[in-house]
Amino acid sequence: MRNEALHFALRNRKLVVGTVVILVFLVAGLVGPLMFDYGPNEYVGPPMAPPSGEFWLGTTTFGQDVFAQFLYGLRATFLVGALGGVLAAAVGMVVGFVAGYRGGWIDELLNMLTNIVLVLPALVVLLIVNAYLGVRSIGVQALFIGLTSWPWAARAIRAQTFSLRSREFVDLARLSGVRTPKIILREIAPNMSSYLFLTFILLFGSAILIAASLDFIGLGPTDSVSLGLMLNNAARWSALQLGLWWWFIPPGAGITAIVGALYVMNVGLDEVFNPKLREM
Amino acid sequence: MRRYLGRKLLIYGLTFFVAVTVNWMIPRFMPGDPVSSMLSRANVAQPAAVEAMRAHYTAMFGFDLPLWRQYLNFWGALLQGDLGISIWLFPTPVSDVIVRAVPYTLGLLIPSILLSWFAGNRFGAFAARRKWLDNTVLPFGYVLTATPYMWLAILLAWALGIVAGVFPVAGAYGFDLRPSWSWTFIGSLAQHWFLPFASLFLVAFGGWAIGMRNMIIYELEADYVNYLRALGAPARLVRRYAFRNAILPQVTGLALQLGVLVAGALVTEIVFSYPGLGHLILQAIQNQDFFLLQGTFLFIVIGVLIANFVIDVAYVLVDPRTRTGMGGAA
Repeated sequence: MRNEALHFALRNRKLVVGTVVILVFLVAGLVGPLMFDYGPNEYVGPPMAPPSGEFWLGTTTFGQDVFAQFLYGLRATFLVGALGGVLAAAVGMVVGFVAGYRGGWIDELLNMLTNIVLVLPALVVLLIVNAYLGVRSIGVQALFIGLTSWPWAARAIRAQTFSLRSREFVDLARLSGVRTPKIILREIAPNMSSYLFLTFILLFGSAILIAASLDFIGLGPTDSVSLGLMLNNAARWSALQLGLWWWFIPPGAGITAIVGALYVMNVGLDEVFNPKLREM
Repeated sequence: MRRYLGRKLLIYGLTFFVAVTVNWMIPRFMPGDPVSSMLSRANVAQPAAVEAMRAHYTAMFGFDLPLWRQYLNFWGALLQGDLGISIWLFPTPVSDVIVRAVPYTLGLLIPSILLSWFAGNRFGAFAARRKWLDNTVLPFGYVLTATPYMWLAILLAWALGIVAGVFPVAGAYGFDLRPSWSWTFIGSLAQHWFLPFASLFLVAFGGWAIGMRNMIIYELEADYVNYLRALGAPARLVRRYAFRNAILPQVTGLALQLGVLVAGALVTEIVFSYPGLGHLILQAIQNQDFFLLQGTFLFIVIGVLIANFVIDVAYVLVDPRTRTGMGGAA
């Protein structure tokens, strides 16, 4: 079984391409900043210099190195995606498992909660919260993103749990007196592990996009560089009018590549786990 | 059907209640004193002016009253359409500022949502299981749907607006014009509208096309499709049946995506300085105009709730199972 999944995984072009793109950016974000002996916001070069051998992606209006900002920004992007995605997946799993397995009034209540958070437009809620509380770090930003973007995951997991809970092996576990948390952890979750992983990938991608929007509006963390903040600065200091394309193209392209690779990876994995979808 | 819509309405009512309560709570229970932080941000030097502003804000929040009273007053004012006074455009009431901006946002959102949904679904259904289309065009769809809205907006503004000079890149109409019903004005309006619309449309289009393509592939594996094929039904008929089934999750998906689409419109407006709600939000944040920010929040929530309900009604129309009380998805 394991080998079969691996066999198809290595032969799935979507999965391989997506994973390679993600890994390249991840390594660039982890190792890249070590190449510089200056920080991303330091004024190191001539202002508004186009890409050159010295500054690969040129400089900003203030003479900051765009390439250095980009590499540091990748870190922030991955961090906010991972933290926000993990948190949203965790909340979604707890709500989904409990609602789906317990049923009854607990289900009704959790369902109500899920639907309410689902209808509220996440970014607009985050705008209010961030504007008042003044988010200053990536961790806090990820925390709020995680707390607002779990509902669809909870709903999907609840539906899956619902269909699993009346299977024989779950009945057997219940009859042998296994406690509920253990049943969920040992019997139900492993049977939908592929599904949970796919959910996490999508949450990861959406957390990156939400964070980029927040940064762009000017409610991002103030203690670091991120790809969204680069876009914000480029727009604020009229990079468009000045024709500094090297300032606003790389950050957006980076976000698009990462999120797009995550989506493509998601479809590839889906095909690996679900034989019906494989291309014939 | 009545039960189905009634349940939905209950949820939306509760959501509105939660939104209003959150709106009321955040300034009151956040760490620190909102009045003094507003005063310090306002940067007023004269002590007399500071005292006057303090008295004004304290009265506005009603901090001298017991909490339950403050809460009821908040609702009372809200139901009379009183959202406070804008600080950015002092002394215009917040509701007036918002009402002036809403048509621009709706004018962008409604066409881009509907057109991208129809076109994306058609295209996705068409591309599914057609090998060369699937392999060449759909990767492009993934790129589109992963694109941050503001980035595509920036790219379009730069390429078509600044480099090519075909479209204007700021405002909703020419700076030398005043709103009127003349052809010049309407032409200018359309010209300024096109780029923000196009960037919203393109990102959303990619998402719908991919969603539909994946749905159709699921449907084409279903038993009824195998059965129809075994009967020798023409491929077109089979595809039409698959399309009708696959469109249902896309209707639900439209409701789920509303928040993302609205967020996309907000950042797109900021890129193009388009005078809609996104522009208001930016001004509110830059000017520390919290009443305006909160008012805009409530307005967007109400809009999203109404749109959700419209989609629910549409769902009842396209899925007969909800009408006969057989449940159905959603």
